[in-house]
Amino acid sequence: MIDFAFLSDTFLKLSAALPVTLGLFISAFLCGGVLAMGILSLRMSRWRVLSGFARGYILVFRGSPLMIQLFLIYYGLGQFGVIRHSFVWPFLREPFICAVLALSLCTAAYTAEILRGALLAVPAGQVEAGLACGMSRWLLLRRIIAPIMLRYALPAYSTEAILLVKSTALASLVTVWDVTGVAQQIIQRTYRTMEVFVCAAAIYLILNFIIVQLYALLERRLSVQHRVAKKPLPAVKPLAGE
Amino acid sequence: MSLLSFGADGWGRLILSAACTTLLLSLVALMIGAVVGSGVAAAKLSPQRWLRWLGESYSVVFRGIPELLVIYLFYFGGSGLITLVGQMFGADGFIEAPPFLIGALAIGLISGSYQGEVYRAARLALAKGEVEAAVAIGMPRWRIAQRILLPQVVRYALPGMSNVWQMSLKDSALVSVTGIVELMRASQVAAGSTRDYFTFYLVGGACYLVLTLVSNHAFRRAESRLGRAWQSRTAAQH
Repeated sequence: MIDFAFLSDTFLKLSAALPVTLGLFISAFLCGGVLAMGILSLRMSRWRVLSGFARGYILVFRGSPLMIQLFLIYYGLGQFGVIRHSFVWPFLREPFICAVLALSLCTAAYTAEILRGALLAVPAGQVEAGLACGMSRWLLLRRIIAPIMLRYALPAYSTEAILLVKSTALASLVTVWDVTGVAQQIIQRTYRTMEVFVCAAAIYLILNFIIVQLYALLERRLSVQHRVAKKPLPAVKPLAGE
Repeated sequence: MSLLSFGADGWGRLILSAACTTLLLSLVALMIGAVVGSGVAAAKLSPQRWLRWLGESYSVVFRGIPELLVIYLFYFGGSGLITLVGQMFGADGFIEAPPFLIGALAIGLISGSYQGEVYRAARLALAKGEVEAAVAIGMPRWRIAQRILLPQVVRYALPGMSNVWQMSLKDSALVSVTGIVELMRASQVAAGSTRDYFTFYLVGGACYLVLTLVSNHAFRRAESRLGRAWQSRTAAQH
């Protein structure tokens, strides 16, 4: 009943599209991270206008589906002559770049909120101690706030990374040949839907499993103090002659 | 602007009815998810190892696969299954599965995997002594669930449910690939026939935003209403 030759063949064909999915994920992850830091700094700004802008950005991008954002960028922007004749058109014409743009804009909104939660969780005493030592603002950020923040943000950040991997499947709707896109291509040729989609699902599951493991590794490395505390104390050897 | 009017050549009516479809789809999905989610939570908290394993693998699979793939899988797989059953009974040709039900089922099962986590966390947040006290005064299991567990689990789960609901609302946009006319599909149709992509996707996005904001508000009100007992108790203590 189960055609293993077809399954393995499909699996290999789909794996060949893995670089596209990974490329989407990694570029959106990096761009989104950088953008999130920018939004976070606006969000924490003392000026009402800046923090209000960041608030609105987060609301809009978290409140509407990624699919509509992607279509707005891919189909919507191309209808303006100004954009079609400007220097950005060679980039915006590419579906891959549009997909990365939409993914990063969307994930940046979620990441900014995660980072904000972590920033607010940094103990005030640590910052005060840094200031008392005479650290400059930049040094304080680099040596005290950022490392603590990274550690606090990590669990929620891993969830966001998984959501991002799942979102890359949407790029197939704007003709990017990622794993989902190639799966559809194979289905159109063979009409064997279930097998192909199950193979694609397996690839995404494996990818997400690897990401979870990477985050767990990072988390273990960044929380050395907890690990040391959990180690059982060595048993005290009875003294000779007692 | 006339494109958005409610008249004969405006798209307002289509978009409004599509927004209702989106809302209905998400609501049905939420209910399916509530049933599945409580099952998953119960399985994960069960003393039986194989049940725990089952619940665990359900949430890993449904939270690890892209939503789009789940919808495709259900749409094509469901149609294939129905066609197969139809052939057994002598019907020939391809029979399409009802897209609304398939879409609601797919979104509901995804929502269920997230709701399972929410319910589990809510159940674990309950103080152990409460159930013990109920057992001590001789309440039957069903009565404990009805009087002690359910009212408190609902209250603890509400903030998490708000997140899951918003997720389902946004996931419902993906069901447009199966051709049912919900908000996303309506924006696509209107954009395609007027060639005014930007406006209609913007309007579609704004509709989703309104739905999100309204439901956010509703959840906040529900939270403050269910939290009344708690508030008055803490106020009395001070």
